[in-house]
Amino acid sequence: MDLLTGNPILLQTVIIGGTGLICAAILAIAARFLHVHEDPRIEAVTALLPGVNCGACGYAGCSDYAKHIILDALPVNLCSPGGEATVRKIAAFMGVTATLTERQVAVILCKGDDALATRTTLYNGIADCGAAQQIGGNGKACRYGCMGLGSCARICPVGAIELVNGLAVVHPDLCISCGRCVGTCPRRLIKMVPESRFIHILCSSQDAGPDVRKICKVGCIACTLCAKVVNGVGITMRNNLAVMDYSVPVTNEETITKCPQLTIVKRSGTKEGAA
Amino acid sequence: MSENPSTWVISPSPHAHSGDSVQRIMLTVILALMPALAASVLFFGLDSLRLTATCVVTCILAEAAVRRLMKRDSGIADLSAVVTGLLLAFNLPPTLPTWMAVVGSLFAIVIAKQLYGGIGYNLFNPALVGRCVLLVSFPVAMTTWATPHYFTGPMDAVTMATPLGAWKTAWASGQAPAGFFDLFTTTSLLLGNRPGCLGETSVIALVLGGVILLWRRCITWHIPLAYFGTVAVMAFGFHKLDPVHNLPPVYHLLSGGLFLGAIFMATDMVTTPVTRSGMFIFGAGCGLITMLIRKWGGYPEGVSFAILIMNSLTPLINRFTRPRVFGHVRKETPA
Amino acid sequence: MKTLRALFTPRGGIHPRYFKEPSAGLAIETLPLPKLFLVSLSQHLGAPSRPLVKKGDLVLRGQPIAEPAGYVSAWVHAPTSGVVKSVDSRLTANGQLAGVVTIEADGLDKAVESDPVNGDWTTRPVRELVDEVLKAGIVGMGGAGFPTQVKLLPPPGKTIQTLIVNGAECEPYLTADHRLMLEQADRIWQGVLILKRILGAGQVRVVIEDNKPDAVAAMEQAMKGTDGDVELVIVKTKYPQGAEKQLIYSVTRREVPSGGLPMDVGALVENVGTAAAIQAAIVDRRPLTERVVSVSGDALRTPRNVLARIGTPFSDLIAFCGGLTEATAKILNGGPMMGIAQSSITVGINKTTSGLLALSQARVPLFTSMPCISCGRCVTACPSGLLPCTLSENMEAENLEAAEDLNILDCIECGACAFECPSHRPLVQHMRQGKTKVMQRRKQREAEAKKATPT
Repeated sequence: MDLLTGNPILLQTVIIGGTGLICAAILAIAARFLHVHEDPRIEAVTALLPGVNCGACGYAGCSDYAKHIILDALPVNLCSPGGEATVRKIAAFMGVTATLTERQVAVILCKGDDALATRTTLYNGIADCGAAQQIGGNGKACRYGCMGLGSCARICPVGAIELVNGLAVVHPDLCISCGRCVGTCPRRLIKMVPESRFIHILCSSQDAGPDVRKICKVGCIACTLCAKVVNGVGITMRNNLAVMDYSVPVTNEETITKCPQLTIVKRSGTKEGAA
Repeated sequence: MSENPSTWVISPSPHAHSGDSVQRIMLTVILALMPALAASVLFFGLDSLRLTATCVVTCILAEAAVRRLMKRDSGIADLSAVVTGLLLAFNLPPTLPTWMAVVGSLFAIVIAKQLYGGIGYNLFNPALVGRCVLLVSFPVAMTTWATPHYFTGPMDAVTMATPLGAWKTAWASGQAPAGFFDLFTTTSLLLGNRPGCLGETSVIALVLGGVILLWRRCITWHIPLAYFGTVAVMAFGFHKLDPVHNLPPVYHLLSGGLFLGAIFMATDMVTTPVTRSGMFIFGAGCGLITMLIRKWGGYPEGVSFAILIMNSLTPLINRFTRPRVFGHVRKETPA
Repeated sequence: MKTLRALFTPRGGIHPRYFKEPSAGLAIETLPLPKLFLVSLSQHLGAPSRPLVKKGDLVLRGQPIAEPAGYVSAWVHAPTSGVVKSVDSRLTANGQLAGVVTIEADGLDKAVESDPVNGDWTTRPVRELVDEVLKAGIVGMGGAGFPTQVKLLPPPGKTIQTLIVNGAECEPYLTADHRLMLEQADRIWQGVLILKRILGAGQVRVVIEDNKPDAVAAMEQAMKGTDGDVELVIVKTKYPQGAEKQLIYSVTRREVPSGGLPMDVGALVENVGTAAAIQAAIVDRRPLTERVVSVSGDALRTPRNVLARIGTPFSDLIAFCGGLTEATAKILNGGPMMGIAQSSITVGINKTTSGLLALSQARVPLFTSMPCISCGRCVTACPSGLLPCTLSENMEAENLEAAEDLNILDCIECGACAFECPSHRPLVQHMRQGKTKVMQRRKQREAEAKKATPT
């Protein structure tokens, strides 16, 4: 006892050290008694998922999806970022057969960047597409085209959308098919399409041809040439606009060469093709 | 006729503006500080210009350098660094070495302002943080006070205590401060002819600045009035209970840093509440803490610490003083 | 009939420069008939009207060209006689795309014959009068454009005791209502009496700001000798004094509950222009095809108050008023506080277009936002008692939950906060964005809650 009271350094060491030990013991006991048992398979499935937490599956992140796979026997093919490999691995782990769906890639149906499409007025407000749309756009003459304020680029979890000269452009090789960008576009320009589709009509304008010509060098003028090339199969005319029906593969590259406005482009959606 | 609409602007409503800007507010504050600067030159000579220039220049350079380092737009155009520099200088004793003023300015801008995110994001008044850092780092230099030399001519390191300091140290050793009331008359306190921080002494000059701020709507009356009122009431109470040991209220009001603090520091927009009632609470809280420190604290003066402590409560005050929303029956309890 | 000053003043508000002098003293002039009309099918709140005409159709003045597409919707009439050039989606003065009927005038301005009716408005059944208001395509002409007949049919259990007539005109520059009160006070008053009869309202309050003493005198003259609980209330000049909820508070000291309607406190507000339109519809039997527009602003050569047909292109009105100066930086549909900036002047005026303003860069400088410096001016200015500064930061941080807690949905988008903001923050745009997102989130949650509880 004298040793302790006579030596303040030792006394303090004992007090602090003792407090620490007691607390550690309490924590250890608490961890044991309050332990929540979780199916170890959930952790295993989570580990198989890519961990992007993008929400494309419809659940709040990868572990949440894993939990639902185990508990609710959810289909194992909902993870688009993981792609085929992930689906196969989870299917093998769960002992089920999964139907594989083709990878979907985002495409933005506008080609009018600042060099090609006219801006009539200046915009002075928040750099957010939804906010700009509410006050009548951001000065781009075309009321249907990409405003280039980048709301889609900001929400993309993997940086697959880039703003190039006032136009949002998707990098298909980076796209993880989560589809979060689709809802951010107030002009509904973004579509998720199967990666094997490589011909795209990059315009959404419903203005009449002459009006389009005045404000955009690459807008669809509804000349119908592309639709005629494919006999209306896969490309249909709607509201002054040629619309690609992505459920039917269009592979005839004459559609591209015939387009007088260069609206139609060839752009591979696959990782290999784009890279 | 400007039919070409490429010069037209699409912007959200409203399409009208009061015309006021942060820059203009800061410019007004700078102008409002000029009478006090003039008074301090009068009483403390070129030392006040030396320190003021040091602080202002250091603050501007530090702000520009940090913004550049952080790869953000330069923020010096808003003039807030100038205001910080001026206020910091006003809170320094006239004899402080130049290099200490540089240290204080750097701390104010780099640590207290820019590391928080720059203008608008700082939690504490940068000038006051700078002052308090100096006060705890260089206690002797920060509490060595020069005698104002308006009447005596340039001084040769003649030092004496500030009124509040003289009162406190005397009583701490158990004696009544001799000749206190002859040395410090109300007139000398109003004019500023007394030892103290270089910008805090001249009450008349500070009030003139306050009137400018009120007139240009840079401050509202809530914080200063609540601050003065609380100090006056508490000082009056203490003095009534024990007239020997407690200074009369007029000395509490005039002889410390209260006017500089209440008019220019406790009204700093960024670090004070946004609601009127919140401002009132803020001012009263500053008054309360100031008086507690002056009465029972180790320091003779408590304005800087009081304002900093209340700065930390600002988010809380904002939360509890939300206005009643039109059409809502009663105020919802903050979650 | 009494004239008195309002006893209550709503909270907040601002005192902008009013710039009413250029047009306040000018009598209303009638615009010569333009050659082309661009009539929007979405001039009102609610569902866009359904077109009844197609390209090539011949129409007469006052002929319905679109019908309501729902309960909250409105009829639209041809502003003159001519041929329909197209019915398509175009840019409108609301800043959005909407259906637009383009009519080429034949210059004859031949009107359709109106159906004969029995008796005048003092004796005809109320329901018939409401029907006529509906058929005349009348919507709130103060700015919001809410279809009037919907307000005239309160649901069972709700009654309107107080009919408030809005002649406050608190937006800067605008003088259309002012001139209307000066020149056509009798018409307005007759319209008010028709409304009073329809609603069975006991009290009538005509509200005018104290910066328009001549309008007060004119309305007093028109109202003289009316029996019953009728008062002319003079309110302080301050923006947004003429906002619906603020006006009700000034007159009755009652607050419309959050998310509620004026009828929840037994009140109904109609703009003086709407009252005049109702008079025209019921007494003169003319549907709503014209309105008074204040054409003003410092970038316009000769400001005027113009009586123009609905669908008149902005360009015609601007030409009538001497054209634009070089300095033009902004064209507005409406007043400067709540008006909509235009990117083109080939849009037609709407039923709600109370003003067409052309402002120079000097009046509307471009702004760069700075961080909020917590000055609290927006809090003082907000008539709804919100914290615009905090809400704006919530929106920047996409914190919708905090924004909803801070009652972002109670924002009336009056713009007082942004007017005061020394940091030039786009507060109103943040509010508008926030309201939309919060509503979306609410709907989403409700849908999820429905899914979670199986029926």
